[in-house]
Amino acid sequence: MSAFVAIVRRDLVLALRRKNEVITSVFFFVVVAALFPLGIGPEMNTLRLVAPGILWVGALLASMLSLGRMFAADHADGTLEQMALSPTSLPLLVAAKILAHWLLSGLPLVLLAPILGLQFDLSADALWVLTLSLLIGTPLLSLIGAIGAALTLGVRGGDVLLSLLVLPLYVPALVFGAGAVQAQISGLGASAHLSILVAMALVAAVFSPWASSAALRIALE
Amino acid sequence: MIWNGFSDFLAMGGYGLYVWGSFGVSALLMALETLLLRRGRAAAIDQVRHEIAASQVGKDWH
Amino acid sequence: MNNKIGHWFYFASPQNFYPLAGRMWPWFAALATALGLAGLWLGMLVAPADFQQGEGYRIIFVHVPASWMSMVIYLAMAFWAVLGLTFNTRLSGMMGRALAPTGAMFAFLSLWTGALWGKPMWGAWWVWDARLTSELILFFLYLGYIALTSAIDDPRRADKAGGILALVGALNVPVIYFSVKWWNTLHQGASVSLTKGSSMAQTMLWAMLLMGLAFWMYSIAVAFYRVRSIILERERHTLWVAQLPEVAQAPATEEKWS
Repeated sequence: MSAFVAIVRRDLVLALRRKNEVITSVFFFVVVAALFPLGIGPEMNTLRLVAPGILWVGALLASMLSLGRMFAADHADGTLEQMALSPTSLPLLVAAKILAHWLLSGLPLVLLAPILGLQFDLSADALWVLTLSLLIGTPLLSLIGAIGAALTLGVRGGDVLLSLLVLPLYVPALVFGAGAVQAQISGLGASAHLSILVAMALVAAVFSPWASSAALRIALE
Repeated sequence: MIWNGFSDFLAMGGYGLYVWGSFGVSALLMALETLLLRRGRAAAIDQVRHEIAASQVGKDWH
Repeated sequence: MNNKIGHWFYFASPQNFYPLAGRMWPWFAALATALGLAGLWLGMLVAPADFQQGEGYRIIFVHVPASWMSMVIYLAMAFWAVLGLTFNTRLSGMMGRALAPTGAMFAFLSLWTGALWGKPMWGAWWVWDARLTSELILFFLYLGYIALTSAIDDPRRADKAGGILALVGALNVPVIYFSVKWWNTLHQGASVSLTKGSSMAQTMLWAMLLMGLAFWMYSIAVAFYRVRSIILERERHTLWVAQLPEVAQAPATEEKWS
């Protein structure tokens, strides 16, 4: 447990020294949310309709941008090998790294979402569901993305390849995440969507660290 | 036979473009795949031969 | 019991599998041709026009088999991935690589024929039907596998990474299909389904099944042929490859090192 906390703390400290990761995600999310209305037109009814999808896709892409960095730095300086060789279980350490990634790249998006949602004139309860769906969804995205990041560690064309690998796997999260907000707006209630999202996140929380560490061991061989 | 002649068969009741577009591309892709298979095998054999030739170089050198 | 296990693992060696695949693929190719001709005869020359869709429905004789094969091949890749990750056999990775291009081709074909079917029937080249959308995602899964295994230089690492990806993808396919189905039914009023149809005439069903089997036999033949080339490349340092008749027979024009 202390190893887990230590890794989280370490990753946070290292990232916050450069502040790069947080700023990139946030900036991208804001820009995307601003660009779409410019592309679609200022008609509020249209924007309200497309808002859940746009905001969710924006958050998804923003979260995906920083995936490449999850293991790269530690791989470059040999820390990853040390982690693999250590007596602590690698899945646990990987879970810690995923949590750190989410805190840096996912959580800021969750906090920003209600503000951006206002630009699309979403109602208060829709904003609430949006935030909640992202709160459950962004960890899910980090978990799924970690598998891709581990598989493409040190590979040529890494980031684009990573996107190609990970986007099909992101679809269920997107469907249920954005779907939750749309269900709330249309009056059907978001509980079903959110429950499924939670279920997926729980399964991923168990499965992903294990799959990612298997992929890391292959990359480290 | 359910067709009143070859031109009927080609026309496919008006859907000719779509039906033959489907069958045509299917046949084309499978033919292409078969062709690429043959080329792939030739390339693999070539590679093996080069590998052998390269390992022979220097064998007679003394 | 020991003998039987020994027998199975005998063919896990590329050296032993190579001649076996060489003997088998022609049979599968012949089966594919025979079944294909029978299916085409039945589907194009015997089966009557559809009540609703006229002659245009005949696209199903390639669309449905292509969809089936794109899914069956992906399952086969996942199967080989499990074998490869469990037993660490080289051949399992090679089989996965041999299957992927054909699977990707069938996924593309499914999308292409789906579009050509959708245009006259529903007026649009693309509809966000649950099946078509899932097929699109499957196509991306194939592309991802091919891209990943091509990008990694070390063949063993590429095999294992591909194996994990294929496995994760395979486990996700039902999830993806379910979520797309959910997404589709909630967002579209009328269910636009390419598979919904009145009960099919016997001949149509038989033709479709024959074509499906034909595509299956084709896939196996292609996979066996392709894996032989992969084996040659990967095992080119070995003695048994150097002694193969097709390799030893040098063409007359080859330059000799002097």
